[in-house]
Amino acid sequence: MSRWDVKVSPYLYISPFFISFAIFGIFPIAFNVVVAMHSWHRRLGQGEYVGLDNFRWVLEQPAFWTSLQNTFSIFLLSIGPQLVFALAIAAFLDQNLRTKTFWRMSVLVPFVVMPVATALIFAQIFGQFGLVTPVIQELGLFTDVSSPFYQDRLLSHVAIATMVNFRWTGYNALIFLAAMQAVPRELYEAATIDGGGRLRQFFSITIPNIRATMIFVVLTMTIGGLQIFDEARMYDGTGTGGSNNEWLTTVLYLFNLGFGDWADRLGQAAAVAWLFALVIIAFTLINFALTRSIASSRSTRSKVPPATTRRLIAEARARAEASSRAARDAGVPTLVGTTSRSGHPDALSSAQEDTER
Amino acid sequence: MSTALIENISGKGAKKYAQKRAAQGRPIKLGTQSHNPANRRPAWPTYVFLSIVVMVSVFPLYYTALLGSSTRLEIAQSPIPRLVPGVQLLHNLGDIVSHHQIEFWMSFGNSLLVAVLVSASTVFFSTLAGFSFAKLNFRGRTALYVFIIATMAIPMQLGTIPMFIMMNTFGWIDSLTALVVPNLVVAFGVFWMTQYLSEALPYELIEAARVDGASMFRTFWSIAMPAARPAAATLALFTFVGSWNNFFWPSVVLRSQMTLPLVIPQLRGAFTADHALVMSGVLLIALPLLVVFVVVGKQLVSGVMAGAVKG
Repeated sequence: MSRWDVKVSPYLYISPFFISFAIFGIFPIAFNVVVAMHSWHRRLGQGEYVGLDNFRWVLEQPAFWTSLQNTFSIFLLSIGPQLVFALAIAAFLDQNLRTKTFWRMSVLVPFVVMPVATALIFAQIFGQFGLVTPVIQELGLFTDVSSPFYQDRLLSHVAIATMVNFRWTGYNALIFLAAMQAVPRELYEAATIDGGGRLRQFFSITIPNIRATMIFVVLTMTIGGLQIFDEARMYDGTGTGGSNNEWLTTVLYLFNLGFGDWADRLGQAAAVAWLFALVIIAFTLINFALTRSIASSRSTRSKVPPATTRRLIAEARARAEASSRAARDAGVPTLVGTTSRSGHPDALSSAQEDTER
Repeated sequence: MSTALIENISGKGAKKYAQKRAAQGRPIKLGTQSHNPANRRPAWPTYVFLSIVVMVSVFPLYYTALLGSSTRLEIAQSPIPRLVPGVQLLHNLGDIVSHHQIEFWMSFGNSLLVAVLVSASTVFFSTLAGFSFAKLNFRGRTALYVFIIATMAIPMQLGTIPMFIMMNTFGWIDSLTALVVPNLVVAFGVFWMTQYLSEALPYELIEAARVDGASMFRTFWSIAMPAARPAAATLALFTFVGSWNNFFWPSVVLRSQMTLPLVIPQLRGAFTADHALVMSGVLLIALPLLVVFVVVGKQLVSGVMAGAVKG
């Protein structure tokens, strides 16, 4: 009994996941191949075998290509601002703040507002009678149309990207904050003693040290951001992506084909799913390679072990001590800044070269 | 050198003073105590910046409350009908809750039921699998664990159409079962609990229980489960939020049954021209999770931050 217990239990305990994943994970993906090669409808079910016709049909649809363009346009409009603001917010949070829990919770508020609710709120803000449109028309922009954020394709992408940024910036800021707090404080102390300013510290110490986390965030943003659906579907009342597909995203296109009021093409929708999965995987890999090469080409990447850091601090302290003593003994005012500012990066980078060799 | 250091530690004013003193021939001598900038309290610009961030974070909700406490006419006259939410909000909320087309309480109950079932089962099965992966020895353990992690990279939209066909075959269309059963346990949960348990649960405790004659499951239930509580609570919270906010899958499989996210597009249909009622409805639907957030927000924050270090 007991031996049986020890031998079988481990497999028994992990089996729920594997059973569930086999049924609702692997099987649908395999089955998707079958669906994509048949004519298939919600009500009639499986139709005849059509081979690759569904793929051909999808590739001939202008709406499919428009949806890909829109998806990438919205993604690109959201990734940059999100990274910049999240890093800035994290840098400000990474201090000895009063009521720090309050500030951290506050930036996470947008994350717990239901995405569809956020979408409707921003649709109101960017709408014809919302907050933004009267202001930009007052400035003489887009006065030829009544609601530019719905009639101009790029502006509709800006509005939707704003919703995405609103939801995820604070969340990503907390992830960056966690990474920043893991950076050894001795590095900042050494930089402070050697006269490196706050901005210099941010770019030369913080950013290189949270490199792995930045790659992680960019990758999750890519996979999640390309699958955008809620915001695009809720942007207007009909939810089909605009009268000229202005803000039709690929997942919304898939939804419209499979489950929309005007289409019942499950086979073609399955083909869209395949094509889009390939696009996501390819783009993620490119993105990964790109992010990694950009991040690692920085020569400032820190490889200083704690022991070296401690030694540097001790030396810098000794220098500070000695120079202030020398200045006092000589009765001469020290030349401010210049020596220390040029001295610091050299000291650090030479130490880096030592450790890298 | 020392004045630059003083500027870094105490700011421009202190630097000027230090230069003056140095010019007079009696420079300030710094001690060798720690100059770690992490111990310094930030100055007011930090708080100004963060206050602006907080205002931007809550502004959309506040604006929703403003519109929600207006009448249709007031909104037609001005995009900012008032500056402080008023009692009209309560009237509007009453209209939403009692509206025949919008079954608010039913949707609320459905959302709650689904989210509770999904988070309870995810936590239980993930902890069970995590206990096995972290603390038990069996053949193929590493390979299976790597496999689970790899599955997290699969874009799930790939399976939407077949999943719909499956739900149709099972007769689960328009049933809450379709929201619960496929989400009983997810790869992320197993990963999360394994990571936590491999650090938080000492082997000695398990061995002691085994020596005392406890069965495997009893060991899991009375030793691993209590030890896993902090990570389990965080996992439950994230699963709950994810299920509560989910819009894509319910809009594929539900028809007459509703969850709260599905009510939001209905608001537009029910009150076509009345933005005040629509916005008060949006506020009503966003509110429950915000109330929960006030209580558990601290834990959610530490959950996000813990995930960052491990992920």
